[in-house]
Amino acid sequence: MRLTRATVLVHGALVVAAGLTLLPLLWMVSASLMPAGTSSSYPPPLWPDHPTLENYRILFARAGVGLHFLNSLIVAVAATGLALVFNVAAGYAFAKLEFPGRRRIHQVLVAALVIPAQVAMLPLFLMLKTIGLVNTLGGVLVPYLAGIFSIFLVRQAALALPDELLDAARIDGAGEFSIYWRIVLPLLTPILVTLAVFTFLGAWNDFLWPLVILNDGDRYTLPVALASLSREHVPDSELMMAGSVVTVIPVLVLFLALQRYYLQGLMAGAVKG
Amino acid sequence: MTRGQAGLLFAAPALCILAVFFLLPVCAALALSVTDFDIYALADLRNLRFVGLRNYVELLSRPLFWKALGNTLYFTAVGVPLSVAASIGAALLVNSRLVRFRGFFRTALFAPVVTTLVAVAIIWRYLLHTRYGLINFGLGRLGIGPVDWLGNPHFAMPSIILFSVWKNFGYNMVIVLAALQNIPEDLYEAAGLDGASAWQQFRHVTLPMLGPTLLFVSILTVAGYFQLFAEPYVMTQGGPAQSTVSVLYLLYEEGFRWWNLGMASAVAFILFLMMFAVTALQLRFGRGAET
Repeated sequence: MRLTRATVLVHGALVVAAGLTLLPLLWMVSASLMPAGTSSSYPPPLWPDHPTLENYRILFARAGVGLHFLNSLIVAVAATGLALVFNVAAGYAFAKLEFPGRRRIHQVLVAALVIPAQVAMLPLFLMLKTIGLVNTLGGVLVPYLAGIFSIFLVRQAALALPDELLDAARIDGAGEFSIYWRIVLPLLTPILVTLAVFTFLGAWNDFLWPLVILNDGDRYTLPVALASLSREHVPDSELMMAGSVVTVIPVLVLFLALQRYYLQGLMAGAVKG
Repeated sequence: MTRGQAGLLFAAPALCILAVFFLLPVCAALALSVTDFDIYALADLRNLRFVGLRNYVELLSRPLFWKALGNTLYFTAVGVPLSVAASIGAALLVNSRLVRFRGFFRTALFAPVVTTLVAVAIIWRYLLHTRYGLINFGLGRLGIGPVDWLGNPHFAMPSIILFSVWKNFGYNMVIVLAALQNIPEDLYEAAGLDGASAWQQFRHVTLPMLGPTLLFVSILTVAGYFQLFAEPYVMTQGGPAQSTVSVLYLLYEEGFRWWNLGMASAVAFILFLMMFAVTALQLRFGRGAET
C-alpha cells in the first residue's frame, strides 16, 4: 500500500478519534495507581510517579467493594441463566410451535415494545414490597427474567431452522422436549451466547432499578455502591478510579472475548427494525 | 403432547413473567397516576384517594416540571444529532478502503458503549474538574481559560451531552458501518464515471442509501436519550440551579425520595406519551423523506 496523503489523513483522524475514546479509560487505570492525592495537582499528571496498589487495598479492605463485586456477579450470572431459560423457550415457541393465540400475543408484544421500562417501575416496586423482595438481590433480578426484545432475538434466529429437520425428528418419535434439547438448542448456540452477553452486560451495568430496589449498603451492586461512594468521597479521585476499574474491567474483558457475538446481536436488532 | 400444547408450555413461563412483572405494573401505573398515593398510603392503604387528573394538572403548573422537560428536550435535541453525526463520521473513517487495523479501530471506538455508565460518568467528573481536569488542561494549552464545566448552569448540560456522545456514538457506528458495507460498489463506480466528487458521492449515493438506517438509529437514540438519568445523578445531582434535572430524574426524586408515587406515575406517563409522540413524528417525517 502506498503512503498517499489520503491514507495518512484517514489514519491520522482514526488515531485521534480512538485516542479520544480510549483516553478516559486509560486515565482511569493510570489514576487508580497514583498515591492518594497526587492526581489533584497542576499540571495534572498522566502517569503515576510511584505506582501503588494502595487504592485497591483500601477499596476492598475498608469500602467493602469485594462484597459489592460479589452482589453484581450474583445478579448478572443469575439474570443471564434465568433469562436464557425463559426467553429461549418462548422465542423458539413463537418461531416454530403454533399454539392457540400465538399471532395475537405476538402483536401485543410488538406493541408493548414501545413502553419504556420506567413506566412499570413504580408499581413493580410496590408489588415486590408486598411480597418481601425489596432490598434483596432477588428483587434486583425480576426485570431481567423475561424480555420482549430477547424473545424476538431468539425467534428471529429460530425462524431460520429448517422445518424438515424438526419434522424428521417427530417422525422418528422424538418428543417436543427432546427435540428442543437435542436439536434446537445446539443449533441456536450462537444466539444463546449473544443473548447471554447482552443480558450479563445489561444486568451488570444497570443502575436505576438496583438503586430503587436496594436500600441497604451491604446489598448494593457495584454501580449503586460506586455512586454512593462517589458522593461521600468526592476528593479521593484515585480511590474512585480504582472503584471504576473494578467495575468496568470485567465487562470490557467479557466484551473483548465475545465481541463477535455481541456485535451480531446488535446488528440483528438493527435489521429487525 | 401436540405441537400446540408444547408451544404453550414453552412460551407460558416467559409470557406469565411479562404479564405479571411488566404489563400489570404498566396498567397499575396508569391507575396509580390518578391517586394521591404518598408516604401515608405506603404505610396504610386506607389513606389512598382517587384524585382524577389532579396529579397531571399540578405537574403542568410546576416550574420544575417544565424545567425538567426543557432540559430533557435540550439534551435530546442537541445530543442526538451530535451522536448520530459522530457515528456516521466514525463509520465512514473505519469503512475507508485505505484503513489498516480496521478491527482495532472499530473495537477502540466501540469500547465506551459496553462500559458501566456510573463508572465512566465518575471518570468524566474528574476529567471535567475545573482546576485539575485534563480537559481544562488541554484547553489551557490551546490558550482557552479554565471552564467551570459542571458548576456553571450554562455548561453543565453541554458537558453531559459531550459525555453522552463519547459514551454512545460507537453503538450507532456499528450499525451504520454494516449499512455502509451493504451499499453496492457499482453505485460508486457509476458515480465516479459520471465525474462525481467524493463529496457528491457521499451526498447523492451514501446518504440516500443510509436513509432507513439513519431513521432507525435516530429513533433508537431519541428513545434512549429521553431516559437521561444516571449522568445527572452522578455528575451534577441535577444542579447547578436545576440545569440538569431531567424528566426521569424528577420521577426518581418524586417517587423514591419524597414517596409521591401517584405524582411520579403521572410523570412516567407523560414521559411515555412524549416518547411515543416523538417516535411517531420521526416515523412520519422519515417515511415522507424517503418517498
